[in-house]
Amino acid sequence: MLDLLSAAAGDQVSQPYLLEARQMQALSLGVHIPLVCFGISFPAMVLFLEGLWLRTGDETYRALAKRWSKVMLILFAVGVVTGTILSFELGLLWPRFMEQWGEVFGFAFALEGVAFFLEAIFITIYVYGWDRLPARTHFLAGFPIVLSGIAGATFVIAVNGWMNNPTGFDLGSNGDVTNVRPLEALFNDNLWHELVHMYLAGFLVAGFLVAGVYAYAWLRGRRDRYHRAGLIVPLAVVAIVAPTQLLVGDWAARTVAENQPVKLASMEGLDETTEGAPLTIGGIYLNGKVYGGVAIPDLLSLLAFHDPNAEVQGLDTVPANDRPPVAWVRNAFQVMVGIGTLLALIAVWFLWSRWRHGSLPGSKWFYRAVVLAGPAGIVALIAGWIVTEVGRQPWIVYELMRTEEAVTGAEGIPVGYATLAVVYAGLIVVVLFLLRRLARQGPESIETVG
Amino acid sequence: MLPDLAAAVLLIGLTAYAVLGGADFGAGFWDLTAGGAERGARVRGMIKRSMGPVWEANHVWLIFVLVIMWTCFPQAFGPVMETLYVPLFLAAVGIILRGAAFALRGEAATISEARALGATFALSSVLTPFFLGAAVGAVASGQVPLDGSAGAFSSWTNATSLLAGALAVLNGAYLAAVFLAADAARSGFDDLAEAFRRRALGAGIATGALAIAGIAIVNSDAPDLYDGLTSGAGLVFVLLSGVAGVATLAMIWTGRFGPARLGSAIAVGSVLVAMALAIEPDFLPGELSLDDAAAGDPTLIATLISVAVGLSLILPSLAYLFRLVLKGRLDQELKPIGAEESPR
Repeated sequence: MLDLLSAAAGDQVSQPYLLEARQMQALSLGVHIPLVCFGISFPAMVLFLEGLWLRTGDETYRALAKRWSKVMLILFAVGVVTGTILSFELGLLWPRFMEQWGEVFGFAFALEGVAFFLEAIFITIYVYGWDRLPARTHFLAGFPIVLSGIAGATFVIAVNGWMNNPTGFDLGSNGDVTNVRPLEALFNDNLWHELVHMYLAGFLVAGFLVAGVYAYAWLRGRRDRYHRAGLIVPLAVVAIVAPTQLLVGDWAARTVAENQPVKLASMEGLDETTEGAPLTIGGIYLNGKVYGGVAIPDLLSLLAFHDPNAEVQGLDTVPANDRPPVAWVRNAFQVMVGIGTLLALIAVWFLWSRWRHGSLPGSKWFYRAVVLAGPAGIVALIAGWIVTEVGRQPWIVYELMRTEEAVTGAEGIPVGYATLAVVYAGLIVVVLFLLRRLARQGPESIETVG
Repeated sequence: MLPDLAAAVLLIGLTAYAVLGGADFGAGFWDLTAGGAERGARVRGMIKRSMGPVWEANHVWLIFVLVIMWTCFPQAFGPVMETLYVPLFLAAVGIILRGAAFALRGEAATISEARALGATFALSSVLTPFFLGAAVGAVASGQVPLDGSAGAFSSWTNATSLLAGALAVLNGAYLAAVFLAADAARSGFDDLAEAFRRRALGAGIATGALAIAGIAIVNSDAPDLYDGLTSGAGLVFVLLSGVAGVATLAMIWTGRFGPARLGSAIAVGSVLVAMALAIEPDFLPGELSLDDAAAGDPTLIATLISVAVGLSLILPSLAYLFRLVLKGRLDQELKPIGAEESPR
């Protein structure tokens, strides 16, 4: 067993396609994570509508809830399979990572498996149970979906938090893992801000995408009660979440500043350790320099440490081969913050109109903005994960195991990558095609019930 | 002690997946072989109606197995994935295609769409269990070295692995036919109950014949595994599988599908248990023992407790789902698939 560990840790395999392996993993995550957003937030929105129906008896809410739950089941099913792929890839692409560290963080995945199981059971009961279960039973069957969705997200993010902030074990003299403390690994310092940030992102992405469908209908002149409710419910959700997310983002950045200074330096493209570091807003990072953008003196120090004169570590604190690819991290960070701010502005527009006029905004530009906000939200979501994941490089376990030490020695990565890319492209096309057709059907209440 | 408990949990998950997930794959097998669009329409419709409410929950057992394996036996998980990446990757691709095609098939509006999705679903339903079965066979027949030195293909194309792959496909087909016959009989579709009864008998006999022939194959290809299967606890479960298989055939013959469900599940599940007992106390035969593969005690304890708590939530929920399904509370209308009337 000891030589096994040293084989895992020491004798590095030669894997000429490390970058392709990383891209393959990123592709799979990029397909899966938007689906997770629906898994996190959609059940709560559907239940909210069903609750409105139970309280008011208004069939509009019921029709909408039923339609959304159909979409929820389709996206959940696709999420189940893309999630399975991720489980396989953890082993297929990073066997040495799993071999050496699985016993530390695996516990979180075991809990996630439980949560996922419950979600799968109750989502089925809920969606197939429309018109078949008593109204109250049906409504109650929705709550385990919401709760297990939250729990599942917590446990998966705990693993990601752990990769960024590995705790809950000791290292023996020869580098092997001893004295594992699973709970400590689970509740690592990175868990909480990542969880809240992602949980809110789930509501933002799904909320704006759903609202976008009805905003599009609005622009096409369909403004009946059904479409109006379909627009207002998700908008009300994102109106609360979008501004909150800005604050949570600040909390996340401060935690990164403390735990992973090199990642923060990459997010800002800060080459040298600086006291009273400026924050450059916008611009693009190319070949080691920020072009364009507005530099505001002392702001980075102020934001990161709540002190305008605080010292912010630069990239120069670590050797070049311990730095992440800064251009990816910095540009992705700007994209995320930029889009997040625009989404918050849309939310403010909506709130202001509700407050001042008691109605939806009159301008067509509002609805156009909402239509665009959905896809933009996905871009921001993926950009955010690029910041976290690429920003962690070159480490798979922060400062303990390099990604190149974790990768498989197996051949055929380019073949697998190409296959998966083709399969996912086909999957996305088919899902979008069928959802579009579902959207074109009349409301559920018009269909024969049962 | 703790590694044995964790291995038992892993084996329970694997058996549940082989029985429940296997039956879903088998349903795809019958979809593939249901004949032309007209003739197979009702069979395909019945498959969709029966599988719809349960396949997601059934599929989750696979994730359960993966998670328990990498958490409790990380030292085995790494080499298995690194050696058997070809069949496992192909199985993973099959899982995407199959799950997505099945989920989306309900939304297909035209016959050609339903056909394209149906063909994808059916074909991947056969290939996926084959590759998963072959991977299990490769582990059991000692084809996984610790140092990743095995061939990408030779590691899972020995006779025992191929046998295990074929058995996985046939086992699933057999289970699915029994479950579908029971479901059709419960719903009062006598023509479909009869159609699946005949399939169940055929698949049961074919599976049994392959299993018996398989004993000779394993004897020459993997003598250690053979010894384990023909002595001690391994032999007990081999015999149990045989007895359950024969008894189930009799029940199917006489149309008692309720008990036949249980009997077929025991027949299939026992094979996996026998295999696990045959290689015990090793995880990777000849390379790595269960104890050496296992994570440290704190991880095992934490995982076992969380699994126990989890199962105390999951099992009643699953029982509720299955009860609703078996009582027909979630039944959808039977819509023939692929016939002239469109499936929607």
